[in-house]
Amino acid sequence: MSHDVKILSPCGMLGYGFPEESFRRGLEHGVHAVVVDAGSTDGGPHKLGAGVAIVSRRACKKDLEIILGESLPRKVPVIIGSAGGSGAKPHVEWTLDIIEEILRERNLRAKLAIIHADFAPDQVLDALRQGKIVPLTTNVPPLTEEAVRQTPNIVGQMGHEPILKALEAGSDIIVCGRAYDPSPFAAVGIFHGKDPGLSYHLGKILECGALCADPGTTKDGILGTIGDGHFTVQALNDCRTCTPLSVAAHTFYEKEHPYLLNGPGFTLDLENCRFAEDRPGVVRVSGSRYIPQDRTFIKLEGARLTAYRTFVIAGIRDPILLERLADVENIVIAQTKQYYPEIDGGDYQIRFYNYGMNAVLGEREYEPFRGHEVGVLFEVVAKTQELASSICATVRSTFLHYGYDGRKSTAGNLAFPFAPSDIEFGPIYEFSIYHLMEHPADGFPIEYRQGGVQDGEAG
Amino acid sequence: MAKLGDLARVIRSKNAGPFEITLDCLFDDPAVYERLKRSNAITKETIARLYGLREDEIHHLVFFDQALGFKVTIAREVSSGSAGDRDVYGAQQHAPLMDLEVEMEEDEP
Repeated sequence: MSHDVKILSPCGMLGYGFPEESFRRGLEHGVHAVVVDAGSTDGGPHKLGAGVAIVSRRACKKDLEIILGESLPRKVPVIIGSAGGSGAKPHVEWTLDIIEEILRERNLRAKLAIIHADFAPDQVLDALRQGKIVPLTTNVPPLTEEAVRQTPNIVGQMGHEPILKALEAGSDIIVCGRAYDPSPFAAVGIFHGKDPGLSYHLGKILECGALCADPGTTKDGILGTIGDGHFTVQALNDCRTCTPLSVAAHTFYEKEHPYLLNGPGFTLDLENCRFAEDRPGVVRVSGSRYIPQDRTFIKLEGARLTAYRTFVIAGIRDPILLERLADVENIVIAQTKQYYPEIDGGDYQIRFYNYGMNAVLGEREYEPFRGHEVGVLFEVVAKTQELASSICATVRSTFLHYGYDGRKSTAGNLAFPFAPSDIEFGPIYEFSIYHLMEHPADGFPIEYRQGGVQDGEAG
Repeated sequence: MAKLGDLARVIRSKNAGPFEITLDCLFDDPAVYERLKRSNAITKETIARLYGLREDEIHHLVFFDQALGFKVTIAREVSSGSAGDRDVYGAQQHAPLMDLEVEMEEDEP
């Protein structure tokens, strides 16, 4: 029997915050690593496309101050997955800048490993021409050379392999570019000789923080322990606990299939897992199977700028207008188009979202409207910001003054909450790449450097 | 007849990547879960009708006994956060499933 391997996950997203007390309780267990996921595509394509972070710099620094301040003196390695939210170069640099600031302020030294997950357009184009790229699901369009060229930041999700190398090199802090969320956790188990199926399954649970507990949250810590033939998970805060059902149910979370998970180079089969109470609040999981694939495909992600948006929020309380709102909106679109015959109709789109009526479900809404007030959000999405703003101003003034049949309120149709009413949103993006690419599992370059070295000091 | 929302402990929707939305329905009573599963109320046909989809736009519909739940993964009309999307996180697309009326056999006496 080999020793148990313990991993502390402070929270489900670096910068979401966590109780310091939970983190300290976790460390008291003598953990082998602190691993935190910083990435997500949930917020849409903008963060990757624009190269900006999901959380504020202030929030990220607050979390890292606790994590690094407590872990480094104890010689516990810290791994950050999908740094900066999307894990592309600007996101990794943003994270490194915060880490360096903390090391300097606290007079700490650390051996840093930085694992890059960026792919140059030429590299992706080569793979595309060689037929090594396929859409991830059936409703992702096939990749085109044009889409690759229009996509500034392309990242690929790493597996555990490069992280394992960085651990073998004795790194104190490992900053990963885009990673498959469970990989940084799995690398710790595999580094210590544990089963990859258990290591990845535990990683899948830990990457969300305490979300697998009851009550679940991403804003609290969770402890995972990998033994031989099983792993356990437990909460670190007295206000929540893990149960076999809460942990089993978490397997469902944000994945397309409840028990078959595809990672880079493998499938994780959880169909025959057993979830049992080990002791109160500690759930024991076994039966997770790691099935290697013959060829390694990594998930590529990229986002491109598609248009610019200007939008308006307004309230409507007039009962006569509410009765015929959709018709009036269609007329407003038609009149706006008529006003701009010189502009190609393909250069812009006008959309209305009627909150209180059907804005969330759109055409899927089946409930009849029964309210007395509606919040209307209308947007113009166009090739340039100037075009979006000009057309949006026309939509707004047309809508505000349109004399629909039966109108009694002849002074104006919209209650604007703000002045000015038109809000320039800036560029909007779309996921232009969401494909699998055949690529070697260890094909992610690692850069080592000494962190916390003062200016003028030898490196 | 009962509403699925009254029978389940958790009904939620969320992105499973930017091109799909996954609907989870979880129970806390094994007996209710088993009856629901046996009722055959949850089929690709039912989901397609509820969400105005073709059956091939339903990528997965799977029951998982250990977790007392089922999962349905559907194609997104517009990818998350692109122009025209209504729900970037896909977090509010579960409501139709909550309202689904299901007919189940009675408990054994």
